Amino acid sequence: MNYNERLSGNEAIAFAMKQIDPDVMAAFPITPSTEIPQYFAQYVADGEVNTEFVPVESEHSSMSACIGAEAAGARAVTATSSCGLALMYEMMYVAASSRLPITLACVNRALTGPININNDHSDSMGIRDAGWIQIYAENNQEAYDNFLQAMPIGEHPDVRLPVMICQDGFITSHALENITLLDTESVKQFVGEYNPENYLLKKENPLAIGPYDLGCHYMEHKVQQAEAMKHAKARILEVAAEFEKVTGRKYGLFEEYQMEDADLALVLIGSSAGTAKAAVDRLRKEGVKAGLIKLRVFRPFPAEELAQALKHVKALAILDKAESFSAHGGPLFSEVRAALYDLEPRPRTVGYVYGLGGRDVTPAHFRAIYARLADIAAGGDLGPVYTHMGQRE
Amino acid sequence: MKDNGLIEFRWHGRGGQGAKTACLLLADAAFAAGKFVQGFPEYGPERMGAPITAYNRISDARCSVHCNIDDPDYVVVVDETLLDSVDVTHGLQPDGAVIINTAKGPEEIREKLRDWTGRVCTIDARKVSEETLGRYFPNSPMLAAAVKVSGVLEKDQFMGDMEESFHHKFASKPQVVAGNMAALAMAWEEVQAG
Repeated sequence: MNYNERLSGNEAIAFAMKQIDPDVMAAFPITPSTEIPQYFAQYVADGEVNTEFVPVESEHSSMSACIGAEAAGARAVTATSSCGLALMYEMMYVAASSRLPITLACVNRALTGPININNDHSDSMGIRDAGWIQIYAENNQEAYDNFLQAMPIGEHPDVRLPVMICQDGFITSHALENITLLDTESVKQFVGEYNPENYLLKKENPLAIGPYDLGCHYMEHKVQQAEAMKHAKARILEVAAEFEKVTGRKYGLFEEYQMEDADLALVLIGSSAGTAKAAVDRLRKEGVKAGLIKLRVFRPFPAEELAQALKHVKALAILDKAESFSAHGGPLFSEVRAALYDLEPRPRTVGYVYGLGGRDVTPAHFRAIYARLADIAAGGDLGPVYTHMGQRE
Repeated sequence: MKDNGLIEFRWHGRGGQGAKTACLLLADAAFAAGKFVQGFPEYGPERMGAPITAYNRISDARCSVHCNIDDPDYVVVVDETLLDSVDVTHGLQPDGAVIINTAKGPEEIREKLRDWTGRVCTIDARKVSEETLGRYFPNSPMLAAAVKVSGVLEKDQFMGDMEESFHHKFASKPQVVAGNMAALAMAWEEVQAG
């Protein structure tokens, strides 16, 4: 049964965790983390969950504690943000390569230098090669829904990978909005129990986890890990289909908004996609064939599916809320543009880096991009492919 | 009228005065009335007395826009000393209104507003708060003034929903519920429209 509430994105994630009632939550419950461990700790203190809450001294330790718990056969979760995620970096690779399906709630915030805690995607984009599945949300509803889908995806025997559920810091994490929740019984039924085939504390089949992997096997393990990430794509779609049966809410690898006949399109991630939809609606009323793709799943990267969805587009802008200092564009730009390479003809494509450190992004910004795309589609000069948007000159 | 009956509020206050709380309470009350809501503060350095801004969107369908509000329908100023340093009516819709916490009347306080020629409403939230709560908590009076001036919610439903909301919010100190309800009722009567 679905019912209506109003919750911030942080409250929504903490509530999803409460409904799931995981075995272990290890978290560093102060800044740079979020209110998520704080709310969840309250559920623990009030006896509303059976979870063992481990208040560690740093994020390196929270991820280590999750690795230990998950390896022992428990279901472990954590939550962090910004430089907290950066401090986990070393252990994120250990979690993924040990094939431990930990779930991490990431509230996307800028990385320091200069000090800033507002929204952008530099934290999770910086860790994109660690081997974690990454799923992004536009709003509190999607953050909640994605969190409920994380364990059925990551724990599946064909996948066995950790999952990061991302939402935009402050913009959705601290904003109160309407949300439709699923009753706890249905959540428990949907998420199911975690029953790993092998684990550290299984006495019939003792297991070593995390030993030194010599050159003779390391590459084989990495190939298996890469195969698991490939399998994740199909599993994500299966779980989305099951989720739709329970909630009526439909999810895919990405959302196509007004894309069917779009000549001009954007590809972007997160809350700003909602803001861009308002610009699309306005342009459609004016007769402009504008559309957008909001990427939900960044890892695994849906390259073939994106190429298929974008093949009819004349001019395309790809927007990164992270600066990767490649001097050529952000990570989303590089990967989407590469995905289009085999198309003939292919859309003319430009990239923007935007919204860094919480810089506000309005419908007017997107209208300006669509205006540039209209020029490009009409045969105009492509201009520089790597620019920034929203900064003061 | 904006799409889907959207009404947008911008709150200007100082850290510690409860502008963010008032913003979230407005979202609560509008949610209880069956509306789609957004309530969010603009985060910056969090220190007592520093200027803060918070926003509400209230509409009949989910609003997908997630950015600050540049063209609000209503502006609520919780601290009148901000009028000296913040252009509070920036982008305010011509048929909207600014609601200011001050002991002055609308025409007197209008002199402090730069180019604004639209409606100015005032409420002495200090007086209301001190008479009903015994201390200065301007957020409940400002909330009632904002709801009355904007007409975004019906009075009876708003008062009923707020009573429920206060019982929840002040579960550990129920003695303050009556005072806050009295603050809402008094502010509702005392707000002056210029």
